[in-house]
Amino acid sequence: MTLAIETNLLRKEFGNNVAVRGLTLQVKAGEVFGFLGPNGAGKTTSIKMLLGLVTPTAGSGQLLGQPLGHQATRAKIGFLPEHFRFHEWLTADEFLSLHGQLYGMAPTFLHKRRSELLEQVGLAPFRHKQLRTFSKGMLQRVGLAQALLNQPALVFLDEPTSGLDPVGRRLVRDIIRELRSHGTTIFLNSHLLSEIEVTCDRVAFIKHGEVVRVTELNPLAQGETQVSLRARGLTPEILTGLSPWAANLRPDGEHLTLTVQDETALPALARYLVTHGVELYALTPQRLSLEEVFIQTVGTEGVL
Amino acid sequence: MNAILTIAQLTFREAWRRRIALAALLLGLAFLVLYNAGFYFIHTEMERENALSAPRSALEAETLRRTVFNFFSTAGLYAVNFLTLAMGAMLSADTLAGEITSGTVQALVTKPIRRGEIVLGKWLGFSILLALYLLLMGGGLLVSVWVQTGYTLPNWLNGLSLIYLASLLTMTMTLMLSSRFSALATGGSVFGLYGLAFIGGWVEQVGAALQNRTAVEVGIISSLIFPSEALWKRAAHEVSSPLLQAATGGFGLFTTANPPSPLMLVYAGLYLLAALWVATRWFNQRDL
Repeated sequence: MTLAIETNLLRKEFGNNVAVRGLTLQVKAGEVFGFLGPNGAGKTTSIKMLLGLVTPTAGSGQLLGQPLGHQATRAKIGFLPEHFRFHEWLTADEFLSLHGQLYGMAPTFLHKRRSELLEQVGLAPFRHKQLRTFSKGMLQRVGLAQALLNQPALVFLDEPTSGLDPVGRRLVRDIIRELRSHGTTIFLNSHLLSEIEVTCDRVAFIKHGEVVRVTELNPLAQGETQVSLRARGLTPEILTGLSPWAANLRPDGEHLTLTVQDETALPALARYLVTHGVELYALTPQRLSLEEVFIQTVGTEGVL
Repeated sequence: MNAILTIAQLTFREAWRRRIALAALLLGLAFLVLYNAGFYFIHTEMERENALSAPRSALEAETLRRTVFNFFSTAGLYAVNFLTLAMGAMLSADTLAGEITSGTVQALVTKPIRRGEIVLGKWLGFSILLALYLLLMGGGLLVSVWVQTGYTLPNWLNGLSLIYLASLLTMTMTLMLSSRFSALATGGSVFGLYGLAFIGGWVEQVGAALQNRTAVEVGIISSLIFPSEALWKRAAHEVSSPLLQAATGGFGLFTTANPPSPLMLVYAGLYLLAALWVATRWFNQRDL
């Protein structure tokens, strides 16, 4: 397994204030990794350490196999900063050219990428307009184009959908999917849980500057799932016969809750019930929503 | 190297787009118009009185004319010197501090370039802008005088070069402070340094006239802390005619009996390089 990001007890103190206590993290190459935590948990400082904007007080880390802050590696990295603000007196074209030049891209390639990306983020008609005339959503789009100019192997998106309307959010989601299909690793910091839920493969929860939990989000791979069902004719014999698939059975009249090892067990379970004469009205996997997991994990006190 | 040029070009473009260059150009032209008008009246008045007063020898009359022209050209350069230094400080006070505050620097430093290249690129951009500004103001002034009277200031190139060095020094110092402190603190500190050097220069001059050793040393120390005024004194010494220096007894507004030595110029050059080095170092170490 190749790792795109690996950190070991990264720590940052600002004076007496510990912003990040000890970040230990592994992000696989090619996955979309969500970074979640309450306000003040040290998410932004963590991203800044990964990108070399902030020097860690202690600990170590690697991006794409090179130590943090390695200059040449940055040519393979894209970054959309939070609260994206840029030299607003540049036009969209000039803005992308500037960043392409700083990436060291060849002029012809840069020219081609620039047009492609402006088309992709829907800003092609505004390419000669200065950024000062852009709405917040348009700025976010041009910022996203900037982060993808160099066809990066690893992209950091810090709150990419903030300020975007639903159309813009879908655009970001589609871009993330497309990037993943090309094998790009994406590190996504967002407080929009629904966003993380639909785009990420795995998610890390951080609290007080430490990773407190890492979870897979792909529902089929999630492992143990609670299922609730409503049916008539659930005899004790039938319940016993469920044992190959299900555990923790709790019958309650027409209602039954149980857990399966895996969602893949559900079709077989349903078939068993139906063939044994049970009248099945409902069978619902009770996946915890990310919001519940979030609150379970980091607690409701939220802020430090 | 490419990154330095890219950032220099960006700095240039910013000056145009944010109308900084336009404002400087228009105000510079206004300054030249005013100077030309003032010089024209002084000049014609002098010619008229010359014609009315007792006849002098042609040589005497010419010497007087040249001394007066020299004085007013140097006076004009004094204003140009101040304006160019102020321009150097104003251009660069907000450049790093402002980009750090607004966050625009984050997308720059995460590119595969050295942070120092950003500092050097900005420095290069400002250096060119200052050269153009000085060319407009100082060059315009000298050309104005020449067109009106046919008079050429002696050693004018040395004079302008020294003023340029002083403006680069001020700009570099501002850039250095801006890599670490807020724009306001930076601007305040640079004007403080300039004021210190200015007063120190006068203390030294008075001390030299009164032959007070301590006062002279205070002046020298202030020049070592910030050599902007020393550079001006040297520039004024270069361009003022020996006659004007004799006429003012070494205590003119713009001239001095004991100009800073070439060693002071070397010191100023090293000072500038050191400030540039510190600027890149501070910017390198800073959490952004």
